[in-house]
Amino acid sequence: MDSRTTVERTSDRELVATRTFDGPARLVFEAWTKPELIMRWWAPKSFGISFLSCEIDAHTGGSYRFVFGHAASEQPMAFFGRYVEVTPPSRLVWTNEEEEDGALTTVTFQEKDGKTLVVVHDLYPSKEALDGAIASGSTGGWPEQFEQLDGLLATRGASV
Amino acid sequence: MVQYNTARLDASFAALSDATRRGVLEQLGRADASITDLADKFHMTLTGMKKHIGVLEQAGLVTTQKVGRVRTCRLGLRPLEEEAAWIEQRRQLWAARFDALDQVVDDMKRREKSDG
Repeated sequence: MDSRTTVERTSDRELVATRTFDGPARLVFEAWTKPELIMRWWAPKSFGISFLSCEIDAHTGGSYRFVFGHAASEQPMAFFGRYVEVTPPSRLVWTNEEEEDGALTTVTFQEKDGKTLVVVHDLYPSKEALDGAIASGSTGGWPEQFEQLDGLLATRGASV
Repeated sequence: MVQYNTARLDASFAALSDATRRGVLEQLGRADASITDLADKFHMTLTGMKKHIGVLEQAGLVTTQKVGRVRTCRLGLRPLEEEAAWIEQRRQLWAARFDALDQVVDDMKRREKSDG
């Protein structure tokens, strides 16, 4: 199991994911802001998700729209919002508008000795919004349950 | 985290190894039910059904709530376990993404070197 990726609920309203990449911030940042690059990593194959389309206008005030298909679902799923801040190569801030009470996502890129620490910070509008995301993610909705099952099976396989 | 997961999974798989308990989960997937309802439906004594529900509850597959004299069962994890499971699921998603991003960054470095 990968131990370099951490995800933590740091407060009632905040969720933080981190990972260090072996490359300079300008390259890592580029991989987050160009459609042809983000399409290579944002939708992991192991989760059965694939891009149907990907539009990115990575400028402050610009917008994005990702559409995914899932092996276990007929319905495509769209994720969209606006870039509140685009400051290469150190900071990206975007809104998540596909759902009411979506988080504000801030990604920072900190370079040190040729490596880049990426911190993905989701700030929900309220405690209830994050609690709600947790509740809907684990009881139903889009193929989350399949993902959860896949995850459980993978964990089970690794522990035997 | 890993230990916690393994213990919970062992409990889950043990709970699922019994046909009656799988039937109870299926039933609760359709609607919440009291232990008395479930005992009736599965032609069991109340004590027998209580035992099964206890195992499912231990595994975090079912939660129960007592209102007056009736204990109602429903599918699902206790809130804290639900949160831990959700966060672990998010971690797996980000880990899978970041593994792929590692590869992309590697390719970009290599291309830059060969162009440079």
